[in-house]
Amino acid sequence: MMELFGNPAHWLPLTFAMLMGLSILVYVVLDGFDLGVGVLFPFADDAEKDRMVASIGPFWDANETWLVLAIGILLVAFPTAHGVILTALYLPVAIMLIGLILRGVAFEFRVKAPAHHKHLWDKAFFAGSLMTALAQGFMLGKYIMGLDGGFGTWIFAMITAVFLAVGYSFIGACWIILKTDSVLQTKAVNWAKGGIWGLIIGLIAVSLATPWVSPRIFDKWFTFPEFFLLLPLPLMSSVLIALLWYALRHLPTRNDSWAWFPFAASVVLFMLAFFGMAYSFYPYVVPDQLTIYEAASAPESLFIILIGSVFVLPMIAGYTVLSYTIFRGKATELRYD
Amino acid sequence: MDAFMLSRIQFGANISFHILFPTITIALGWVLLFFKLRFNATKDHKWMGAYRFWVKVFALSFAMGVVSGITMSFQFGTNWPGFMEAVGNIAGPLLAYEILTAFFLEAVFLGIMLFGFSRVPNWLHTTATFLVAFGTTMSAFWILVLNSWMHTPAGFEMRDGVAFATDWWAIIFNPSMPYRLTHMLLASGLTVAFLILGFSAFRWLIGDRRPDVRATFRTAAWMGALLIPAQIYMGDLHGLNTLEHQPQKVAAMEGNWDTKSNVPLLLFAIPDEEARENLYEVSVPNLASIILTHKADGVVQGLNDFVAEDGTALHPPVLPVFWSFRIMVGTGVAMLLLSWSALWFMRRGRGPGGVPKVMKIILVPMAFSGWVATLAGWYTTEIGRQPWLVQGVLTTEQAVADVPAPMVATSLTAYLLVYVFLLTAYIGVLFYLARKAADTDNSDDRKPTPAPKGAKAIPAE
Repeated sequence: MMELFGNPAHWLPLTFAMLMGLSILVYVVLDGFDLGVGVLFPFADDAEKDRMVASIGPFWDANETWLVLAIGILLVAFPTAHGVILTALYLPVAIMLIGLILRGVAFEFRVKAPAHHKHLWDKAFFAGSLMTALAQGFMLGKYIMGLDGGFGTWIFAMITAVFLAVGYSFIGACWIILKTDSVLQTKAVNWAKGGIWGLIIGLIAVSLATPWVSPRIFDKWFTFPEFFLLLPLPLMSSVLIALLWYALRHLPTRNDSWAWFPFAASVVLFMLAFFGMAYSFYPYVVPDQLTIYEAASAPESLFIILIGSVFVLPMIAGYTVLSYTIFRGKATELRYD
Repeated sequence: MDAFMLSRIQFGANISFHILFPTITIALGWVLLFFKLRFNATKDHKWMGAYRFWVKVFALSFAMGVVSGITMSFQFGTNWPGFMEAVGNIAGPLLAYEILTAFFLEAVFLGIMLFGFSRVPNWLHTTATFLVAFGTTMSAFWILVLNSWMHTPAGFEMRDGVAFATDWWAIIFNPSMPYRLTHMLLASGLTVAFLILGFSAFRWLIGDRRPDVRATFRTAAWMGALLIPAQIYMGDLHGLNTLEHQPQKVAAMEGNWDTKSNVPLLLFAIPDEEARENLYEVSVPNLASIILTHKADGVVQGLNDFVAEDGTALHPPVLPVFWSFRIMVGTGVAMLLLSWSALWFMRRGRGPGGVPKVMKIILVPMAFSGWVATLAGWYTTEIGRQPWLVQGVLTTEQAVADVPAPMVATSLTAYLLVYVFLLTAYIGVLFYLARKAADTDNSDDRKPTPAPKGAKAIPAE
């Protein structure tokens, strides 16, 4: 049955690379907005903080599970790459994990601990979110530079760290525009206006650095006819950014129409950027060192995971939609009763 | 200290911290479902009161479990790449199935279970509670399958130092899996029983004697009293299974150096690995032989059978295994005595009021006795597997990453600081929640309305 789609040593690694890519993308979008909400915490007053947390409360845990799935697929489908990448990223991974721990528990503690401790847990929530966003941006930069340990890489990774954090806060602000109203919504529009700069510069920096670092990637983009086939990617991104710019100048509208637009547009933007990166790095899982085919587990083991995934992933998608449907609309105070 | 030892301590610290919370959530999910079903059946609001208090503990424990669990999945790569390189073909699918069948299920339905009560129909809320409990148990199933496989590997073949699966049925139902899984699920049940019993006793002691406190006290006492004999029986079976597959671990647990008959059960001793003998032994004659072989003159293998020609020990370090085992058993005995005497004092409708005050005071610290026993049990079995990571297949030392020791020391220090801080905060908040629940004004017990208005206004993200 494994031969159904041709050589299993070929199509199985490719399928798993696509599944992993999908999980990373879903993770970046979903945890992106809730990390972003955390990064924006210092700009909000106490009541607004409660509302912001209420807008992500029912979702954050499932959002983070996509990270576990992505790292899980890397671990189980490409075990050699998992070891190479994670040992190279040892310290940023540790910082990210501590960040995730702090913000994850702060959700609970800020409402369960004595009231006079609440502001401390709010700080932990902010610090944890920021640490996570910065660490992920740093890892992204280091990965783009081929996991190399030089000073130039370090500088570049610091830059991507800042811009990913700004990018997350942008999509977080767009989420708040969607999920809230009145003063907080207006505030969020202003946060998004401030954040869009970071997003633009970040996208440009990554787009320029990637082909500049690797001649292989340069050739993939700047040859005929690939160049023209790929041209829609930067063009669509530019159009989306222009539309976002326009939308943010006119939001919030009186009847709350178009409040969904910034979030939807930034999701598409993240998808485009992600597709561009996936195109650049394919077929490598460790840039210019290890391809997905070299790093893959035994086809028999991949196949047994795939069988499970085929049944379970649609179910996961189904109940994720159920959850977002139940908690649709403007965020209200979260209560257990 | 070298990177190997530091990595081991780091993984040990992470997994010890992590296991505290799943141990609570696995069984607490089912207890919450029980409260919910009792409420659905009786419409008695004491069950909803119990649900509301313990669901907060569940939410907090769940968050602690999730975030400390993410750490584990990364450490396979950052510190132990050799593990996945050698046995990734086996461990990978098992971990993948855990993520796919358990993590998403529990994470998504937790949101509905916690915040959906007023947004979804009651049946969906009850179903969400069930699915969360089911998800945590599935998670335990897969992870214990993998852990058991590391102790008693089966259903695979080695090609060029890499394990390949040959029989998934044999991998999943490997020889120690049924025992280890049942042992752990019962441990979770006991942990939760004593947690609830301890905090119900605490609320009683500070003057909170409402129906929901009585109900949880009674439920937890019964739960503990019923589960502990089952656990003792299961532990015995698990021990015999270990004797069959990992005799060196049992020898270390018993502090038994020489293969001999009529092995005594050591109540106290300080095993000295240098001299290969025990100091200050206090023992019961023949009892270890009786427990392990069910015959007074049964022969039991000793540690000296597991020494290589050149003198290197092929058995685990004796002192930690010997003592972890005794701490686990000792805690179990305390659980047996306390839960049964609590039932005795509550007999013929006396209720929690019949339990003497001094015993309630003892029950408060016993709230965390499940943690002590669970950790001690895990140390026994995991240290007992050393020097192997996967018994007979891969040593722990072969799997470690080539990360500089100072880097591991840095991350380890950071983790330890965070863990100590969070554990203090967690225990502090549990007592705070109990005190707050007790302070909430609700003088009229028989009033059919649900929780008092103060408690309803608690926003609970």
